[in-house]
Amino acid sequence: MVVDSYRFLPRSFRPLYEGRGAFPGEEEPVWTHFAKRLADSRIALLTSAGIYLNASQPSFDLDSERARPEWGDPTWRSIPATARPAEFAVAHLHINDEDVLADPEIALPMRGLHQLVDEGLVGGTVPNHVAVMGYQDRRLTDWHRTTAGEIATYLREQGADGLILAPA
Amino acid sequence: MPVLARWIEAAGIPTVVVTMMPAVAEERRTPRIVGVEFPFGHAFGMPNDRAMQRRVLELALRVLAGASAFGTRVDLDVEWPVPLREAYRAWQPKEPSPIVKKMLQSR
Repeated sequence: MVVDSYRFLPRSFRPLYEGRGAFPGEEEPVWTHFAKRLADSRIALLTSAGIYLNASQPSFDLDSERARPEWGDPTWRSIPATARPAEFAVAHLHINDEDVLADPEIALPMRGLHQLVDEGLVGGTVPNHVAVMGYQDRRLTDWHRTTAGEIATYLREQGADGLILAPA
Repeated sequence: MPVLARWIEAAGIPTVVVTMMPAVAEERRTPRIVGVEFPFGHAFGMPNDRAMQRRVLELALRVLAGASAFGTRVDLDVEWPVPLREAYRAWQPKEPSPIVKKMLQSR
């Protein structure tokens, strides 16, 4: 099966995505070899569904996005691998968040990953996964300047051998 | 997300992007791609469908650890079990996002 990349996208949005080529300055291949066996590796997850911890973290800034529609909150949140679904909130104006709140595993499969660790298929998980809010300014200025480097450092400090990213 | 993956990959951490828009991820020069024909907001599948979620996660791990070349793309062979019209409506926010509102107003 070849996935139809535009099946669920409103038709008028398609030209915003299709045939645009590489992001400026990001034409060359970039590659880091996955060095270990999966069973010896520590894996991290990153979602762009705008998940945060309701009791202890600020929401992604939706008020500023409403005031400046071309802007999206470029910050990130650390999500403990032990967090329970009931602790999650979602701040994302571009999706219906009902299903993510009902079962965060569809965006951030922490429990599913734990299961694979328990079965020995995966060596381990990082103590803290990562969440961002995926709607960003088109040039990705702050993600490039700040967020990407911070996340990479954070994952490296936790000994991540690989990262699974999933857009909302 | 593809560009964020590139920047993290360049910083020395191997990445795979699980995405509903694998063709766009290819255009954006993403190192490793898993395509899913699922509605937005549902990268790992249906709520509470652990078997489906596991299939996506296992494929993502296989591509992350096993891909040997830049730009590897593997699509998941799973059809969304909800009729298209219903699923198309269900993933969208209850009110248009600020940028969509602005686009509609400027028409």
